[in-house]
Amino acid sequence: MSTPTESILNIGRTDDETALPAESFIVKYPTVARVVRVCFAYAFVALAVGGLFGVIQALHRTNVIRVIDSADYYTLLTAHGVFLAIVFTIFFLAGVFAWANTRSLERPPLNPRFTWLWVGTMSAGTLLSGGSILAGLVAEIDVSADVLFTFYAPLQAHPLFYIGLALFVVGTWLAGIDWFRQYLDWRADNPDERIPLQSFMVLTTMLMWYLSTLGVAIEVVVFLIPWSLGLMPAPTPLLTRTLFWFFGHPVVYFWLMPAYLMWYTVLPKLSGGRLFSDPLARVVFVLFLLLSTPVGIHHQYLDPGIAEGFKFIAMTNTMFLLLPSLLTAFTVVASVEHGARQNGGEGYFGWLTALPWRDPAFTGMMLAGLMFAAGGFSGMVNAGMNINYLVHNTIWVPGHFHLTVGTAVALTFMAAAYWLVPRVTGRALYSRPIGLFQVVLWFIGMTFMSAAMHRGGLAGIPRRTAEPEYSKFTFEAVVGTISSLRLQIAFGGVLLFVSLVIFLANIALTAANNEPATGLKTDLPPALSGPEQSPQVLDELKLWAIIAIVLVILAYSLPLWSIINGAGFYQDGITASPQVVQPVLEVLI
Amino acid sequence: MHVHNYEKLWLLASLALIVGFISTIVYGAVGAGVVMVNDEGGQVNASGLSEHPEFNDPGVRKVGPNEYEAYVVAQQFAFSPDPIEVPANSTVTFYVTSRDVVHGFEVAGTNANAMVVPGEVSKMTVEFNETDEYGVVCNEYCGQAHHDMAGEVIVKEPGNFTLDDAGESTTAQATNGTDETANGTGES
Repeated sequence: MSTPTESILNIGRTDDETALPAESFIVKYPTVARVVRVCFAYAFVALAVGGLFGVIQALHRTNVIRVIDSADYYTLLTAHGVFLAIVFTIFFLAGVFAWANTRSLERPPLNPRFTWLWVGTMSAGTLLSGGSILAGLVAEIDVSADVLFTFYAPLQAHPLFYIGLALFVVGTWLAGIDWFRQYLDWRADNPDERIPLQSFMVLTTMLMWYLSTLGVAIEVVVFLIPWSLGLMPAPTPLLTRTLFWFFGHPVVYFWLMPAYLMWYTVLPKLSGGRLFSDPLARVVFVLFLLLSTPVGIHHQYLDPGIAEGFKFIAMTNTMFLLLPSLLTAFTVVASVEHGARQNGGEGYFGWLTALPWRDPAFTGMMLAGLMFAAGGFSGMVNAGMNINYLVHNTIWVPGHFHLTVGTAVALTFMAAAYWLVPRVTGRALYSRPIGLFQVVLWFIGMTFMSAAMHRGGLAGIPRRTAEPEYSKFTFEAVVGTISSLRLQIAFGGVLLFVSLVIFLANIALTAANNEPATGLKTDLPPALSGPEQSPQVLDELKLWAIIAIVLVILAYSLPLWSIINGAGFYQDGITASPQVVQPVLEVLI
Repeated sequence: MHVHNYEKLWLLASLALIVGFISTIVYGAVGAGVVMVNDEGGQVNASGLSEHPEFNDPGVRKVGPNEYEAYVVAQQFAFSPDPIEVPANSTVTFYVTSRDVVHGFEVAGTNANAMVVPGEVSKMTVEFNETDEYGVVCNEYCGQAHHDMAGEVIVKEPGNFTLDDAGESTTAQATNGTDETANGTGES
């Protein structure tokens, strides 16, 4: 007999436990497997809602089909951003990290109550923020948060939106504490061992996250919540923008790191080989810890109130942030090639045919990596400070990040789910051929949509706009016509949505599949060059954390000081728009 | 630390690529003279623009031979003045600010583009070489009618341009805007 709560928490878990090997993850760590399932369930519900809103927007702004009012477009856009870029990505990350840390340290978290505490905190935050966004669609409810994913003041959301965000971030902090405690417990038993690679990736990523979320935490807790409650005046817009982007760039690496973790530790195995170099993998994650945060000002190249020198420093750091991704490209391709040669592949390029292309997990991750290369190149254009003038806030920018977060991350997560969901449910994947079709369809849909978005951006078509058609002028495409670009965006968006529906159906049918999963026993193979070939200092997490803090102080102290010196914390003449709630003080008096 | 030879080569090539990219940016700044929007515009009181000596009367002023200044106010959901009229073969320094929320000021299809933040003044200098008409879009979400917020820059024949008729575009020579010659933001 199970209580209703237990049966919800057991969603997807196989009934036929005897069929599973004793060494499999789900049998060894049933509580963690349950945590992963719950995190994935949140992630996939958010993916469904965010994806539905995505296709509605793609069809609306290209004027193919309009089912909503243009004023509501921005409510859907806010939900699309928050549900996909915050809820889907970070809940999926939490599931992957809970799995990876437990698997590589070979022990569960110390206290399951604490684990459920962070899951619950993130859930509560999601429900508050998500609810306050969706309430904007219901005229009868006097709550809205049409402020987009970037929530720049003085656009104002309902206080519940900001409180939900704060809770969500606190939940992620607690999750990080959980994973660090797990590590310290392991360290007490293994004083001289190198940190297992997956755990190393989890810990460095969380250190980066603690550092970078300080910006948004200060913005939300110190400024936006008291302001939205009417307790404090409007904060200086430029200050809150700068605090947002302090967090707003490193968050993209927070999305990316679980994908990198899969590329480094699971993809080589899927290809039939081993990771090429464990030391280089560690170097890459250390570089991300050091360089992810002191670059946020590159989102503010065209902001007034920030001196050019500060922008130049952010640009230089950003360019060096290419290094870990370029190193990753080498290591991932080398590892996969090694796998292909183990399978009998030969020749300069002939080895490509000796890879398991029929496996949706493998093919999905490879296509995601390929598209990340394209996204990297358009990112280099964005990073080029003076070229950025041409593309800033045009539809080029969402074209870029649908290649990165929308494919490198999202497609890797979907591919990873095909491999990981059987491991945390004990149920066999419903259909590999359907999975394969789905990941390829995503790649094709994104090729159409993203290429057209990049080209539209060069013509000056703005992003985040319900109706990019103006009475006074028309846009002119460099090659082809604007109407053909619109059709390509709409067509690509529809393909992506179809792919998404197939993915969700495949996963739902897997969760209900009574056939037990096979192949759960196999371990992840060790790297060709093991950790013993790298200097011990790479594992000195405290040292890297301190250097990361110093770099952030160097990059941010002067710009923040100059903003506060010029405009102050509460600049005169700024008023909320729209004013969502009556200021509490006025109500009381 | 053991690093494979191919890996070393790749690392060096990556570093060369990165240094190469940074060099192109330095060239753009020093050689081509592309200046970033910076902190020179200073601060204003967003609710007090009507008392501001320049923003109280948004418009174009002549400050030297072929040199102009344009004071532009963005607000939900319009730019003022609209259209902005300037003569061809001129250098125009834009000062743009916002009366309410964050907006964008983008001369569509060119590299004249800036964020407009309430309380701050965005300053950028643009060269207009030929007569043309450009759309100006707000490219930062600013509220429910954001998609209606647009304006125009009309580049007129110098002979047809007088400051008195700025705001009336009856004599504007509209040409086909296929060649992008308003390659702005160069402050040379």
